[in-house]
Amino acid sequence: MSGATTGPLSTDTEMLRVAGLHAFYGESHVLHGIDFNVNRGEVVSLLGRNGAGRTSTLRAVLGLTGQRSGSIMVNGRETITLPTHQIAHLGIGYCPEERGIFASLSAEENLLLPPVVAGGGMAVEEIYGMFPNLHERRRSPGSRLSGGEQQMLAIARILRTGARLLLLDEISEGLAPVIVQALGATIRKLKAQGYTIVMVEQNFRFAAPLADRHYVIEHGRIVESVTKDELSSRMGRLHELLGV
Amino acid sequence: MFELLGISPQALYGQLLIGLINGSFYAVLSLGLAIIFGLLNIINFSHGAQYMMGAFVAWIGLTQLPQWLGNPDFVINYWAALVLVPLIVGAFGVFIERTMLRRLYKLDHLYGLLLTFGIALIIEGLFRDWYGVSGQQYEIPEVFQGTINLGFMFLPKYRAWVVVAALTVCFLSWYVIERTKLGSYLRAGTENPRLTQAFGVNVPLMITLTYGYGVALAAFAGVLAAPIFTVSPKMGADLIIVVFAVVVIGGMGSIFGAIVTGIGLGLIEGLTRVFYPEASAVVIFVIMAIVLLVRPAGLFGRER
Repeated sequence: MSGATTGPLSTDTEMLRVAGLHAFYGESHVLHGIDFNVNRGEVVSLLGRNGAGRTSTLRAVLGLTGQRSGSIMVNGRETITLPTHQIAHLGIGYCPEERGIFASLSAEENLLLPPVVAGGGMAVEEIYGMFPNLHERRRSPGSRLSGGEQQMLAIARILRTGARLLLLDEISEGLAPVIVQALGATIRKLKAQGYTIVMVEQNFRFAAPLADRHYVIEHGRIVESVTKDELSSRMGRLHELLGV
Repeated sequence: MFELLGISPQALYGQLLIGLINGSFYAVLSLGLAIIFGLLNIINFSHGAQYMMGAFVAWIGLTQLPQWLGNPDFVINYWAALVLVPLIVGAFGVFIERTMLRRLYKLDHLYGLLLTFGIALIIEGLFRDWYGVSGQQYEIPEVFQGTINLGFMFLPKYRAWVVVAALTVCFLSWYVIERTKLGSYLRAGTENPRLTQAFGVNVPLMITLTYGYGVALAAFAGVLAAPIFTVSPKMGADLIIVVFAVVVIGGMGSIFGAIVTGIGLGLIEGLTRVFYPEASAVVIFVIMAIVLLVRPAGLFGRER
């Protein structure tokens, strides 16, 4: 199955390769052998219904699930046995489901919190240039920001760290259309700057124009892989899988 | 006015001073408990024993160590003890966290409480076995012997030092936690440890050091207490019950609340001793009961 679902294989362009990944939360077996890869500079979406295992896949890459087995190569390095905080230092930025803004920290403290994991991260001024709202609200407690501001902050704070592989979980969820549009523009800008992005999305219409490739997850397995060019011809199958 | 109330100003000032000193100890000890509870979610019942260890290790360094080594020059004086003893007892805390507490984080609070309570009993038992229950004296360092005449009362120099030292340590701890980068890691780790770790912060190490720091604060209070109170295996157990009441009143996990409540309750206790001495032993617990009825999360606590 891995041969059919993974994209073109090349070790020096590959940022992330997940093979035979199983993961558990306590007794419950949530991932049943996930296989996919992401090349440098690519935007890849993980689609699927609620509970299919998309969020768990991102969490498993960071070691945030319970027990894991299989292989997760980040930049050519095996990470399946590493503790969570060391995985981040291989150059991964994580934007969790529901944003994970710290209520007891100010907006600026949230922005400055994640440690730098590699050189070449954005300067704080550059980030404020990209998200002017955050500059205005920098002294506000994290809990006082609007949903849109929190989402901007959750993305902004991982741009500072020099991470080149961004794992974004449901960034469009629960936001007004105008903010979702702004987020789409942000993703395009980041792609143009060479960031590698894995996005978990419920909102297919948001992901479709952004991602180079789409993986569909069902019952903890990758069941379909579709490139951008194949989208129009494969819509029938995607409708069937996603119910969109 | 004093005549009308039937009390002497000397008694009032004297009790306020005692209240301030007790309050300083409450503040340092409840601060340590609050920091530990915030990040570890463990109610550190061995805090009183670790405070007692602080006093005892200081006393051993001053009086026993020269005898053991057969050389009067090998003595850990008061100033050295203020630095060394928190480091030694803090290292003991790190050992406990690494070998035992670490295994309990996924379980209910109750298990941490039981384990630390057991550790407290063992530590107190060992010191009782080695040094008996009668208590030891620790001499006040020479520079702090004597009193300062404030005009309206005589202030023992050492007691003034205790208040200054305790408040300084409380303020510095508060500053580091609320106003620095390191503190932002600590607050983030308290709120969402998994996400903080996913950003690359070594949260397990931070938890170990936080427990060590909380324990070191207890030991620091122990060294400060050694010259005032009798150094005895029971000294921690007597104090810690009151300190738990202070933490409950201030709100578990609130740094600022722990400090302010500690000082405030020390003063209230002192005032009660002047105006209605019969109630002085229970006033803190009465306040605790009222606060629990009105604000179960404590005066400065957030509902979880």
